[in-house]
Amino acid sequence: MANRNNEGVLQNIDWVLVTLYLVMVTMGWFNIYAAVYNEEYKNIFDTTQSYGMQLVWILTSLFIAFVILVIDGEFFPRFAWPVYGAFVLLLIAVIFVGAEVKGSKSWIGVGAFRVQPAEFAKFATNLALAKFLSNINIKIEKLSTKLIASALFAVPALIIILQNETGSALVYAAFVLVLFREGLSGNILIFGVAMVILFILALLVDETILSIILFCIAAASFIFVRLKLSNLVITGSILLASLAFIHSVDYAFVNILEPHQKKRINVLLGKEVDPKGAGYNVNQSMIAIGSGGLIGKGYLKGTQTKYNYVPEQSTDFIFCTVGEEWGFVGSVVVLGLFVVLLLRIIYLAERQRSTFSRIYGYGLASIIFVHIAINIGMTIGLAPVVGIPLPFFSYGGSSLWSFTILTFIFVRLDAYRFQILR
Amino acid sequence: MNLFSDRKYVISTIFITLVVLYLIRLFYIQVINDKYKLAADDNALRHKIEYPERGVIYDRNGKILVYNEAAYDLMVIPKRVKTIDTLDLCNMLQITKEAFIQKLTKLKKQKFSSFRPEVFEGEISLETYATLQEKLYKFPGFFVQARTLRKYPMRIAPHALGYVGEVDEKLISSNPYYRMGDNMGLSGVEKAYEIPLRGQRGVKIVMVDVYNREKGSFEGGKYDTASVLGRSLTSSIDADLQAYGEKLMQNKVGAIVAIEPSSGEILSMVSAPTYDPNLLVGRNKKKNYPKMALDTLKPLYNRATMAKYPPGSTFKLVNALIGLHEGVINENTLFSCSRGFHFGGLTVGCHPHASPVNLKFSITTSCNSYYCNTFKNILQKYPKTAIGFNVWRNHVMSFGLGQKFPTDLPQESSGNVPTVKYYDKYHGSGRWNAITVISLAIGQGEMGVTPLQMANFCSVIANRGWFYPPHVIKEVDGGKIDSNLRTKHYTKIEREYFDMVVDGMRNVITNGTGRIAQLDSLEICGKTGTAQNPHGKDHSIFIAFAPMDKPKIAIAVYVENAGFGATWAAPIASLMMEKYLRREVKRPEMETRIFEANLLPKKEDWISKK
Repeated sequence: MANRNNEGVLQNIDWVLVTLYLVMVTMGWFNIYAAVYNEEYKNIFDTTQSYGMQLVWILTSLFIAFVILVIDGEFFPRFAWPVYGAFVLLLIAVIFVGAEVKGSKSWIGVGAFRVQPAEFAKFATNLALAKFLSNINIKIEKLSTKLIASALFAVPALIIILQNETGSALVYAAFVLVLFREGLSGNILIFGVAMVILFILALLVDETILSIILFCIAAASFIFVRLKLSNLVITGSILLASLAFIHSVDYAFVNILEPHQKKRINVLLGKEVDPKGAGYNVNQSMIAIGSGGLIGKGYLKGTQTKYNYVPEQSTDFIFCTVGEEWGFVGSVVVLGLFVVLLLRIIYLAERQRSTFSRIYGYGLASIIFVHIAINIGMTIGLAPVVGIPLPFFSYGGSSLWSFTILTFIFVRLDAYRFQILR
Repeated sequence: MNLFSDRKYVISTIFITLVVLYLIRLFYIQVINDKYKLAADDNALRHKIEYPERGVIYDRNGKILVYNEAAYDLMVIPKRVKTIDTLDLCNMLQITKEAFIQKLTKLKKQKFSSFRPEVFEGEISLETYATLQEKLYKFPGFFVQARTLRKYPMRIAPHALGYVGEVDEKLISSNPYYRMGDNMGLSGVEKAYEIPLRGQRGVKIVMVDVYNREKGSFEGGKYDTASVLGRSLTSSIDADLQAYGEKLMQNKVGAIVAIEPSSGEILSMVSAPTYDPNLLVGRNKKKNYPKMALDTLKPLYNRATMAKYPPGSTFKLVNALIGLHEGVINENTLFSCSRGFHFGGLTVGCHPHASPVNLKFSITTSCNSYYCNTFKNILQKYPKTAIGFNVWRNHVMSFGLGQKFPTDLPQESSGNVPTVKYYDKYHGSGRWNAITVISLAIGQGEMGVTPLQMANFCSVIANRGWFYPPHVIKEVDGGKIDSNLRTKHYTKIEREYFDMVVDGMRNVITNGTGRIAQLDSLEICGKTGTAQNPHGKDHSIFIAFAPMDKPKIAIAVYVENAGFGATWAAPIASLMMEKYLRREVKRPEMETRIFEANLLPKKEDWISKK
């Protein structure tokens, strides 16, 4: 192999992944132009408008990508801890010195620009988790390993919650998938799904009735499966845990959640209809997407997004422009591109010789996946409205830079894979 | 190492599954469900209605009877109203600050979007509009919208022209063209010619943004429809004659209808008391309509087409023609009259005059006995009264009596020509005969005729046997009117009999009861009538046409509670004919007498009657 050195990094990078990145970023740019299209400012390069600014973000992102590619591949595992430590400290600092935007204190000003450290903490966390789990002496089966690994992403998530950015914090749940890939019991996923189902049921069904139903299910499974004492203990404890969970959900819902959060959840569950209030965003977003039809209204012809019926249309609700102007065909293309991207990342991750690179790859895929799931889910009424961007598409420097860094560190690690011996 | 490598499949499956679920959901809302497309149109498209100007109505000589005048409404979009100098605006509108606040709060509270423009103050005056226009920039949320109102420059013919008003909910639900707040013709010509007059409303689809700001036309105006201007109408009414007739009828109750016999065109249609049609326009209507509706003299009621009056002696002409046709009399048949018609114990009285009486003299002197005999003979010509009666009735109907014309006047009464069935029910079948219903011979009893029908049968006589349905519109935008109005209707009676009767009518003017209507060389033919009125003084009736051989005008005049036909109705008819045929009236004494006469029922009369 001739290209096993830094000079050959451009030959060794995965151009499929880079091409996907470039295609999506370009599509994002054009859709932002359509979303905030204004007859008076037709120039797509006009930096007084958000599409002009997005081009600035794209160009700076490409510069960042280039810088990452010329950094030595060894740099990332080596500096994983200092980078993680620095970002955790920065996140804490933001709580005290950050600027408040729309009720959340997650921005810091650097000159004329404002950046959101929570966005960048994702790649730092990903690096740290990969570093930790790739240690030769680590056994995932050990409780201490599980706890430390979980703490690595739980800590930044908690700090972000303190910044009042619950949506961004939710993304950190993505790392559970990474742990699963590295050997965590599959029960954790079943457990997670069960939690979600119970959570929804707890809000929809009366607590007493739900408790009785759960008891019946437990009794039935105990009787019909195997009448063994050990099974009784297991079933019993699961039942007790479930009952405690649904009770705490009810308690948490009534006493802990903010009124606007309760409302959003109720609207999502269909318990409340409020097209002018909490349900407004979702309702308008579904109207925009739904009115696109099979092939869409045509580029720059979407009335709903162009005339501001959908709020946050260039950032969190950018998918509405896709749905309205490009129709179902556009939805298929965009979601299809994302699937190809995710599967390509998994493919690349699996071919790494270095555990660090593989774990980092899975972390990248999982973060992108959770963003897609929540972002597109909320635009079509399947997920609660939490403000997180659609990777590569949404307007915003912090988001685009963050995903560029996340992605290109992986591209760099992948290009470096032949220099790893084990 | 890579111990759990198979888990890449689990994770890939999770990724793919979620995306597939999302695509199913997207397919449902984008392709299958139409709800969102409708909601999107509802959001972003506004159907702006463009109202064309309503058609103008001209009189037969090209004078404008109705046109449109701009009116200005002060509109408000409640949500856009910001802190303003309320006092300044209130002063301009001449309302109190309290009223202003109350009005605005009410508009803000309604269930519709507060972004929708609402009328804040309707029909502001031109002066207010001018001052307001300059200061409008100071009052965000307020703007002025122009629309049009009907204007009647000559203030005449309200009953024929009718009025325009807002559509009611019942009509909106049955006719999809109209929407809340639309205007339409509610009576008269405005109602009959609503469709050509209103034109075609245009719709412009504009896109609006979330703040209801217009963003240009939808798809380059592909779905817009242009508005079509209302068509202008030419009325057959002669505005000068109409105005003159209304002046003659001032302080009287009754009606005048004048028809051009050769065409059926109504030259004038006066219903007294009348009113200024401008009183029923826009906000005036709200103020005046209730007052006029409660007026005991019923100014809104179109007596010319709706009032059923007994035709009195004018009806003798019809009976003479039927008698001649049926052969029960001829030109020389004589009947004696000794102060009336006597049969058994029954007497129909008559005024003193020479006897016996032939046809011509019977018309000249309006002999009751002659017509009782004639009528009796018509009915007795047939073996059964009922058969004879039906023959008689069919003839009567052929003069356009007892039925509605296929006319362009929406409010019309059919009058009444009694039927066999009616008398059978009243007296018992076979228990009545010519004598029982003898009052029909002299146009009394159950006979009910509208002034329009009376003018029309006069027109039939003038034409010697035919008529066109009377109508007030002669051209629609220069084009022809409905073919029903251009279809001749004939009686079965021979022309020579008409000539005999016309001869008698001419004699009425030269030597008979209608001498007062004489006008130098003009060959006027007429017939007086005095209808007995159980409620009070007799009604004064006169029908006439002129000139005798080439009739240009046929007229019926009815003055309620005024006495003899010759006293009031005849001079009014004569003046009308002079005005129409000579364009100038040269009998100032007669004119003044009529203008100054006040024949309105006295207040106490009305009260005692109730």
